[in-house]
Amino acid sequence: MTRQKRYFRRLSGYYAWFCVCFAGFLLALTVLENEGMPRLWIGHLFMFATIVLYATIGVVSRTSNVTEYYVAGRRVPALFNGMATAADWISAASFISLAGGLYLSGFDALAYIMGWTGGYCLVALLIAPYLRKFAQYTIPDYLAARYGGGAGGRGGPVRALAVGATIIVSFIYVVAQIYAVGLIASRFTGVDFSVGIFLGLASILVCSFLGGMRGITWTQVAQYIIILVAFLIPTMWLSAKHADNPLPQVAYGSVLPKLAQREAQLAADPREHEVRARFQKEADAYQERLAALPASWEQGKVEAQRRLDTARLRNLSLADVRNAERALAAYPKTVDEAEALWREQRSRLLARAQPPQPHAAPFAGATEAESNARRNNFLALVFCLMFGTAALPHILMRSYTTPSVHETRVSVFWTLFFILLIYLSIPALAVLAKYDIYTSLVGSDFSSLPTWISYWGNIDKVNPLIQVTDINGDGLVQLAEIAIDGDVLVLATPEIGGLPYVISGLVAAGGLAAALSTADGLLLAISNALSHDIYYKIVDPGASTQKRVTISKLLLLAVAFIAAYAASQKPADILSLVGAAFSLAASALFPPLVLGVFWKRANHAGAIAGMVGGFLVCLYYMIRVHPMLGGRMDAAWFDIAPMSAGIFGVPAGMLAVVVASLLTAPPARGSDALVDYIRAPE
Amino acid sequence: MPPETAPPNEPDLERQRRLLAARATHWRRTRRLTFVLMALWLATGFCTVFFARELARVTIFGWPLSFYMAAQGASLICLAIIGIYAWRMRRYDRDLARTMGNEAGVNA
Repeated sequence: MTRQKRYFRRLSGYYAWFCVCFAGFLLALTVLENEGMPRLWIGHLFMFATIVLYATIGVVSRTSNVTEYYVAGRRVPALFNGMATAADWISAASFISLAGGLYLSGFDALAYIMGWTGGYCLVALLIAPYLRKFAQYTIPDYLAARYGGGAGGRGGPVRALAVGATIIVSFIYVVAQIYAVGLIASRFTGVDFSVGIFLGLASILVCSFLGGMRGITWTQVAQYIIILVAFLIPTMWLSAKHADNPLPQVAYGSVLPKLAQREAQLAADPREHEVRARFQKEADAYQERLAALPASWEQGKVEAQRRLDTARLRNLSLADVRNAERALAAYPKTVDEAEALWREQRSRLLARAQPPQPHAAPFAGATEAESNARRNNFLALVFCLMFGTAALPHILMRSYTTPSVHETRVSVFWTLFFILLIYLSIPALAVLAKYDIYTSLVGSDFSSLPTWISYWGNIDKVNPLIQVTDINGDGLVQLAEIAIDGDVLVLATPEIGGLPYVISGLVAAGGLAAALSTADGLLLAISNALSHDIYYKIVDPGASTQKRVTISKLLLLAVAFIAAYAASQKPADILSLVGAAFSLAASALFPPLVLGVFWKRANHAGAIAGMVGGFLVCLYYMIRVHPMLGGRMDAAWFDIAPMSAGIFGVPAGMLAVVVASLLTAPPARGSDALVDYIRAPE
Repeated sequence: MPPETAPPNEPDLERQRRLLAARATHWRRTRRLTFVLMALWLATGFCTVFFARELARVTIFGWPLSFYMAAQGASLICLAIIGIYAWRMRRYDRDLARTMGNEAGVNA
């Protein structure tokens, strides 16, 4: 006990020092910025300083001991384990996109807040303490020992299925994280996207390659601190500015009514009506062209060609000729292509023709049925995110790393506590930033637009992150004239609030830390599944511990490069499937994990049926409904979006476990003893 | 794994029976606590969403109640559930350890 306490005190000392140095670093940069250091340099300094920091922690905690490498020696104190898990959990999506999502969709995006926090109840009550009591290395370890079966009763088939599910889910997720690393690095340091990816990769590798779970745990604690500071400083600033109270979680309640008032005012504003009517007219024009296909396509093509010819004949300026050439080159090549493109443009215009929705109103819909469908989708999404949280291997793996079962329970408490420090401020940031934009940007003069708009608008020329154009030519900004991408909100908040550029760099470093920490945990989950479960448990059970760790490190390297390569291809299809990873994890892993503890009768056949059944039902529904996978929304059951397929997958998996178990012989006596053992306290 | 050596004499058998009973009680209490807390978790999550439109008419400190519950309330209740679980489970574990210790003491 005293040794644990001493260890805890020493760790606290290290991190206190880290915080002091970090504050010093921020202060120094602020001074340097005042002295006139260029923006790009500040961006560079933040990127490199943090990456070097993570790599250093990795080098310091390098190890080749099996227990240290896989589960950090099972001696991480609950508080620090909670912090590390929180960093593991807060992905690029939570840090960068969630506040933007709330800004754009209001109440409906709160499903993510509820789902991603509520899932920890399932982790704490149903899974984590029992996994810790079992005290092995991976999730497939537990499933194989509990269900047995296969050659020699070692649970080979169950293990292989669990490994498959772990890899599919974690790989989809890790590609998205590495993609985000590339985006942030390229936006803030001006390097190429792929170079950005490999820079981030270098830091991930040094850390998890050398130190395994031990290395990433201590890095993640540092990353959590950076994430927290980076998120809270701008939010607290905005909160103090608009609500005279620096505690955003408490203060934004007083801003909400003011925002609602402003929304109502803007919805009724005649100038706003004018702009929206213009969008409606353009959308109607597309509708006409769509109705007149294929004649309208040919006509448009002839028109574009003629415009180019006249530009050339009349010897117009070079720029005009170029524009005409570009228009012709960009013109859809086939009728189908034209239909898809015009449909997309029409729906984008129609969306902009809508009046602003009240931020706090739940499930706005034109009809009762539409509103109910949105409520059901909200419920389904919350369900999938919760059960997915309780089945993500890289989170569950963390319950092995604490010194005791009690510490694991406390560690889940700390995890949720640290997650909530961020998650309770995300809706606050969305409301405060919205209020800021609605009151100070809307209605301002076009000649005096703030600089952040042109800065962020110019970063991606093809799909601008933010675009403000004077549609009705009155020289004033209308709300309907602002097109903003959700991802820019958090990154631009410091500038929206008028903070110095150092804070922008800090926010970027926070986003990078969020993406890197999650990627670290996921890569380790994948390579552990491959090296421990496939190589050691199935291929070569006689391997020496030294060999096992070496194999694990090599596999980590290989997986990291494959994931980085996949991310550098900018795979739109994988990115759109990230949300689906939760449904897949929940359907495949949750039923056997929980029933394994709470129902002794669950057996080998049941586990296999549950994993395969749950996964297939989930996958079938996605393929049936997801447009990216060739499905149609008309085929949906109860209007549920494909991302929430887990709402059908989890019950199907549960049912499959129960039915298949009851139809086959009860499990062997050894499994009964194991269940009694993991249920009993230490 | 639990040791499964069958003790030969009467008092030892009696003792083992009592230990098993103590462990069964511990598991029953764990299960009951888990069930109650999961019911609370389900009720908060479900009611917050299902009755959101009705709750939106009630306002507390500027927040419509449904917005507050979805953005903060439900998550804070989850945190409380996990905290209560860790606290109660520690008590149950200690109770069991004490019973076991007494048994060992009687036999020593």
